[in-house]
Amino acid sequence: MGSTNSTLSKIPNVEELMQETGFTPAHIVRLYDRFEALDKEGKGHLRPQDFGEIRELAMNPIGDRIIAAFFSPGQEIVDFHSFVKILAHFRPVEKKRPRDAGGPELVNSRTSKLKFVFQLYDQDKDGKISRRELLQVLRALLESQVTEEQLESVADRAIQEADTDQDQAISFEEFRKTLEKVNIDHKMSIRFLR
Amino acid sequence: MEDPWSTVHVLFQVWLTVLVFVIMVPAMFGFSLGVTGVYIKILVKTLEWATLRIQRGCKEQPSLPVPLPNGLLRRDGGSMEQEMAAKGEFALSDAFYFYRKGMESIVEDQVTQRFSSEELASWNLLTRTNHNFRHISLRLTVIWGLGVFIRYSVLLPLRVTLALIGLSTLVIGTTIVGFLPKSSVKNWLSELVHLMCYRICARGLSATIHYHNKENRPKKGGICVANHTSPIDIVILANDGCYAMVGQIHGGLMGVLQRSMVRSCPHVWFERSEMRDRHAVARRLRDHVAARTKLPILIFPEGTCINNTSLMMFKKGSFEIGGTIYPVAIKYDPRFGDAFWNSAKYNMVSYLLRMMTSWAIVVNVWYLPPMILQEGEDATQFANRVKSAIAHQGGLLDMSWDGGLKRGKVKDTFKEQQQKMYSSMIVGEEGSDTPGTDGLSDASAHEQ
Repeated sequence: MGSTNSTLSKIPNVEELMQETGFTPAHIVRLYDRFEALDKEGKGHLRPQDFGEIRELAMNPIGDRIIAAFFSPGQEIVDFHSFVKILAHFRPVEKKRPRDAGGPELVNSRTSKLKFVFQLYDQDKDGKISRRELLQVLRALLESQVTEEQLESVADRAIQEADTDQDQAISFEEFRKTLEKVNIDHKMSIRFLR
Repeated sequence: MEDPWSTVHVLFQVWLTVLVFVIMVPAMFGFSLGVTGVYIKILVKTLEWATLRIQRGCKEQPSLPVPLPNGLLRRDGGSMEQEMAAKGEFALSDAFYFYRKGMESIVEDQVTQRFSSEELASWNLLTRTNHNFRHISLRLTVIWGLGVFIRYSVLLPLRVTLALIGLSTLVIGTTIVGFLPKSSVKNWLSELVHLMCYRICARGLSATIHYHNKENRPKKGGICVANHTSPIDIVILANDGCYAMVGQIHGGLMGVLQRSMVRSCPHVWFERSEMRDRHAVARRLRDHVAARTKLPILIFPEGTCINNTSLMMFKKGSFEIGGTIYPVAIKYDPRFGDAFWNSAKYNMVSYLLRMMTSWAIVVNVWYLPPMILQEGEDATQFANRVKSAIAHQGGLLDMSWDGGLKRGKVKDTFKEQQQKMYSSMIVGEEGSDTPGTDGLSDASAHEQ
């Protein structure tokens, strides 16, 4: 008989995980079941190929980048903790959480979400989205549907609009400013049922 | 000491008599004594009580994870079009839509969901269907324990006996009929034998089958097409009519069954080598259909077992043969037992054991009006038309995923489709020729 408690006790440091990410015990159990389902060989960790098995992800134009987000540079595997921590970025922003002045930034706050998605663009992690990096994302999204010239003009225009300090790249601050009016919580949150 | 032996002997005789008169004879002649009906009613009442008890228990212990029949996530985001910042223009936030969709699919994807058993909103007192069984009340656990006892020690032996009788009668009966010369008497007898034995097998599963729209029942020379959930589908359909089965010849017990069946009426069994040759397969089926006097062929175009909540893509091969298609929708009631055969998880024997230790199998079968290939329609479109009709009738989700995805990889064309959709939103249909502007407005149009 699988009960919540017995599943939770299988996960090491689960208290710490819940504290850091804010997932409820029920959610952690669900995510653990999913982790185990993806880890078909029962290795205890996931590799990029395991993500590649997900059909809907394989048809996502930026599927490869999303998978890469789970693996720290140089790492070939991701364990359950890291898996949950990455997914925690997509938890809905909690409006009622009391602000502790000086407390650590919540992993699913607006700023954290923005930082996370900034990395989608800024693959070399130098703090700026260069023209080349932007082109790479555009190419992934549009591939053979548009010409190279069209891609470049779209990229140029996007940089022109966001780049306030005229260095031909988009820094995190400029990124944040451009997306000021965007409802990040709505666009970058996954809602769990109950 | 003869006393214990004579008691055993008497018991055995009683057992056999009960079996023959109360179960087999009515089964063979197609009428019912109403025992199963009463049994089902009692079951329903008990399960409703159990559900209420669990719901109460859940309210008292809020940390219990609740069963989620509709999946983990609430997908209330807009379509791709609604989520894009501005039509005709790229915005940095456009990528968020794809990012979120990707993450959602990592947490839960629609395809894998269909290849594992349906999660019920309430619990039907079978531990196997409840992920989150937790001790809620003593009474519930006692009832569950009683249920286990009844299912394994009373129902299981009864069902196994019936199934064995049914199968052996089928083999013996069809072999005997096979000796007769070809005539209408032979056909009539063969149909009788088949029906009788399938009915006994159905009792062996405590199957209650409701047939709807019997006037649309498949006729000779036609092709019957149905959704596939488990090997039991064949028994379910064959209880109400005779079909020519299609399949690969197996060795062992199955092979014996197949060979004796084909002696009394023409089924279409293929050697393993023939199966790979699509044209040979199609030709044999076409010949069978063309001789309009032969029994309707039974085909499951999904190609694999799906969990009875949705329909996967139909393989177009069956729709190219010609002839009239008789669609049939089969929907199992999950409250009484999970009929889905997860062939990755269970082999045939453990699957049958699970079936025979469920409460019952309650199933609705709808016969749909016949369909034929229309002018200007190709096999794929015809297949999709039939699929929507079946999905609509059976209350199943119509999915365009290929059942073969259970085992294989996604084709690149799907990714291209996504890219095409997105590009048509920001660049326009064929990409305008004016360099640089592509219909973008001057003022920076950010999100509202």
